[in-house]
Amino acid sequence: MSLVYRKSVDLLTVAKWIMRREIRSLSSLPEKAEEKDVAVEEKRHIGRRPRPQNPMLEYRNVYPEFLPDPNPNWRNSLREKLERVDMLKRRNQINIPEFYVGSILAVTISDPHAQGKTNRFVGICIERKGCGLRAEFTLRNVVDHQGVEVRYELYDPTIQTIQVLRLEKRLDDKLYYLRDALPQYSTFPFDMDPEILPEGTPVPINPVQVELKPRPWLERWERQELKGISNIEEYLKEKDRVRRELRKTPWEKYDLMKQYRKTIPIEEQNEIWGEVYNQLQQMKTSKKKITRKRVMSAPKSQLG
Amino acid sequence: MFKTLINKITTNISRGFHTSPCLNEVRLLTRLRVVDNSEIGKRAMAEGKPPKIICVYNKRRVGMIGDRVLVAIKGQKKKGILVGLKQTQKVKVPKFDSNNVVLIDDSGTPLGTRIHVPIPTILRTILKEKTHAKGADYTKLLGIATRFV
Repeated sequence: MSLVYRKSVDLLTVAKWIMRREIRSLSSLPEKAEEKDVAVEEKRHIGRRPRPQNPMLEYRNVYPEFLPDPNPNWRNSLREKLERVDMLKRRNQINIPEFYVGSILAVTISDPHAQGKTNRFVGICIERKGCGLRAEFTLRNVVDHQGVEVRYELYDPTIQTIQVLRLEKRLDDKLYYLRDALPQYSTFPFDMDPEILPEGTPVPINPVQVELKPRPWLERWERQELKGISNIEEYLKEKDRVRRELRKTPWEKYDLMKQYRKTIPIEEQNEIWGEVYNQLQQMKTSKKKITRKRVMSAPKSQLG
Repeated sequence: MFKTLINKITTNISRGFHTSPCLNEVRLLTRLRVVDNSEIGKRAMAEGKPPKIICVYNKRRVGMIGDRVLVAIKGQKKKGILVGLKQTQKVKVPKFDSNNVVLIDDSGTPLGTRIHVPIPTILRTILKEKTHAKGADYTKLLGIATRFV
């Protein structure tokens, strides 16, 4: 009797552990961590039946701003719901495309200070932050040998168009190090032509590694384990290497609780995506139709 | 030697000591970059002696975009207008990689004839607001700008 009891308890704990692992792998946080986890899970599930993947959950990378901030002090289910409705309304008005940190965007805003009343800026997206209606992104470019950064709110009503000129990802989640890199790595012409990816291809990852300028730097890049920098070692002194070793926190990837606090659990994500999935899907298909029409009509105009 | 260093750092970690990033404010004795082609400004930048702020003409004494400043440049006192800041800006206002200044004289006329970096469009409105009839006319600066972002 006691044996059976113990076995059932064991099963329960195992199930709990698996649940937790699953939650971890479903974060909207860095892709790389996820990929590793997915690989591990696949290995584990080879012998058993294949698990059905929820298509809704793939949206967590495409539309990260639909997920609320995981900090429990800032949660408010009613406000989140209202914000989601407003976001969908805004998305009905203008086309906010899929883009990632490292993509090159062109943003046109209506600007009361500009002469033509509109202002267009082209640049590489170096960060995306905030959730809900407060979602922001920052574009960086070098214009006339002067580095310029502009921060935009994604759901700002003064934004007229957001165009993705090149859809790609970089090796890191934040590209702040472009501020200390050589200017050629963040220079993009304003008359760049949009590059169209064939449908159904995964978003390419650009493996370019930038070269940093000599010190002084804005941040201690050597401590951040960045993959997109090629020449950091030649600027480091022995002191920096020692301190980098001491500051490392290799145990943090095993800290399940930390991961849990940083992410939205799968049950809540299911609820959120269930609410917005249909509308987002509809918008996607209607957008596709419009682009197809454009492609069909383009040769005609050329003939004429 | 090595051990003491480790001890120092580990105590620092356990104490929870951390530093926040700097604000990059433009205030007294900040070095600026002259971005127009005035003779004095060009020479100062070429010699590696960029101008230093000795007064910011506003109540907080921290320079914002479009504020008038008094700078010490090559042993002289000149007035200038801030046309680009490193500091974190509001949404849609560009943030630059350097603190840029354009030199003007007392009546608001720029000393140079060309600005060779982009200028934020919001400066148009700010400078118009600061210009009063019978006072200095700062909007002349907008005429020599080559590019707005």
